[in-house]
Amino acid sequence: MTSPTLSFARLLRLGLLALGAAIIVFPYVFMLSASLKPPEDVFSASLSLWPQHLAAYENFTKALTRIPMLRILFNGALVCVVIVVFQIVFALPAAYALAKLNFPGRGLLFGLVMLGLLVPIHAISIPLYAAAQISSLLNTLAVLIIPFTLSVFAMFLFRQFIKAMPDELIHAARMDGLSETAIVWRIILPNAWPAASAFAIFSVVAHWNDLYWPLITISKTQLATPPLGLLFFRSAEVGDDYGALMAATLIVTLPLILFFLFAQRLFIEGVTMTGLKG
Amino acid sequence: MPRNRAARTGVTAFDRRERSAAWMLCTPTALLMLALLILPTLAVLALSFTDAELGVREFAFLGLDAYRDLFTDRAFLGAFRNTAVYVALVAPASVILGLILAMMIEAEVRGRAFFRSVYFLPVVSLTVAMASVWQYLMHPSFGPMNLVLKALGLPSVNWLGSSDNVLIALALIGIWQAVGFNLVLFLAGLTAINRDLYAAAETDGVRSAWSRFWTVTWPMLGPTTLFVVTITMINAVKVFEAVATLTQGGPSKASEVLLYTIYKEGFVYLHIGVASAMAIVFVGVLLVLLLIQTKVLEKQVHYS
Repeated sequence: MTSPTLSFARLLRLGLLALGAAIIVFPYVFMLSASLKPPEDVFSASLSLWPQHLAAYENFTKALTRIPMLRILFNGALVCVVIVVFQIVFALPAAYALAKLNFPGRGLLFGLVMLGLLVPIHAISIPLYAAAQISSLLNTLAVLIIPFTLSVFAMFLFRQFIKAMPDELIHAARMDGLSETAIVWRIILPNAWPAASAFAIFSVVAHWNDLYWPLITISKTQLATPPLGLLFFRSAEVGDDYGALMAATLIVTLPLILFFLFAQRLFIEGVTMTGLKG
Repeated sequence: MPRNRAARTGVTAFDRRERSAAWMLCTPTALLMLALLILPTLAVLALSFTDAELGVREFAFLGLDAYRDLFTDRAFLGAFRNTAVYVALVAPASVILGLILAMMIEAEVRGRAFFRSVYFLPVVSLTVAMASVWQYLMHPSFGPMNLVLKALGLPSVNWLGSSDNVLIALALIGIWQAVGFNLVLFLAGLTAINRDLYAAAETDGVRSAWSRFWTVTWPMLGPTTLFVVTITMINAVKVFEAVATLTQGGPSKASEVLLYTIYKEGFVYLHIGVASAMAIVFVGVLLVLLLIQTKVLEKQVHYS
């Protein structure tokens, strides 16, 4: 099936794969190209990729200064990292209890986890918004974090993973005199590392991308995450300054793409394990 | 065996210890779950039966009439229909393309990792950013897509500005973004298929690639396919970022989708009662999709 010779079928296959790849890359090429072009070049309606006058400096200066771009990237990274840490800290002990311990209420808790999987943030954003308003948390970074500190998906994923671990592992730890809390952090966490890293990738991609919740709760540019910051940038722009807009999109897209290129295996395994954005 | 006897007599004590340890481990999480998930869900359910508005003190209890009103509301029905059209465009195309591409990549000896990475790029690209790029690509007068069409001698298309095309344009963006994701899931499913099955099929007289696909690959890939279909549909039902960035539901409400309508009712018009009822319907849609998945999974014949 995989003969190394260049048969007709193989040439056709490679051709189609390359065509598909070209379509996927098409937007990135034009994003990069337009980010170098002055408005006249963008409006000139020509397909040439290299600008007649290089305007990269102007475009990227606008992208970095119209909105506090570095601050926004920092907000996004901070929010994502803090969310993941909290999600794992809250999910892992409960997941361990659900997987390996006998206690009344276990069925109820697991049932609630399964029901919770059905309810995305969008559906409960109204009461959460009201709660944030009452506790004057609107326009804070905390409001971007708190609603996501609990992930029923993490609980579900970790529970499945821990259930498959051998009981002897836990018995041995108890023999050594470890408390249940110590077992969670010193025995379960290292052994659940594949699930934890897969979940971390899933969580970071989801929250780096999320626009809905920041759009509702944040109106200050200083506190925006990258998706919201880009919306602010768009509304601050007068007319169709696509060069500057493409420079801004390039800046906000690059961090996660670079992370992916350096940690591809982690991402691919993460997707296969979590089915991302489940 | 003194140790064993001690363990037997200490069973209840051990059980009690296990129980209190479990509760200690679960309590913080359970409280958080109550505050962030269960109470808000009950609140939405309660609000959905009212005509509450944010900032207005009085409201009326409408009961099930709230839902009857919703399903006679032309704007909501429009959003429902638009979302269905969007899902019907995105899900089949991105699943079929993902499968075909995954099989082609799987069959290649070299370049596997390269192609997989390229196709995966959109999954890790910020949706709002890439939507902005597509807006430029689809610009009616100087957008590269129309320039390419012109170079090929084809008429140019008003992608995002016409109510006839806007859902198709948004679906193209959605497909572009979902293909790589589905491809990676299919690749994992394909590698899990036992090579011996292909050899067995060959000795049984299955010769062509076409019949090899239908006798081995397709049935073995069943659970993966079902999972990919469901997850793609659920993600497509949740379309929001591209709409909020590019069209705000326009032109003339042609791209109003469920989440965007919920957002506008709740947070722009402050009709939190109506928005809550919509949110409940939205969760209902997700529930139906998941129920279909479990029903089909139950009927599925397992070959492995």
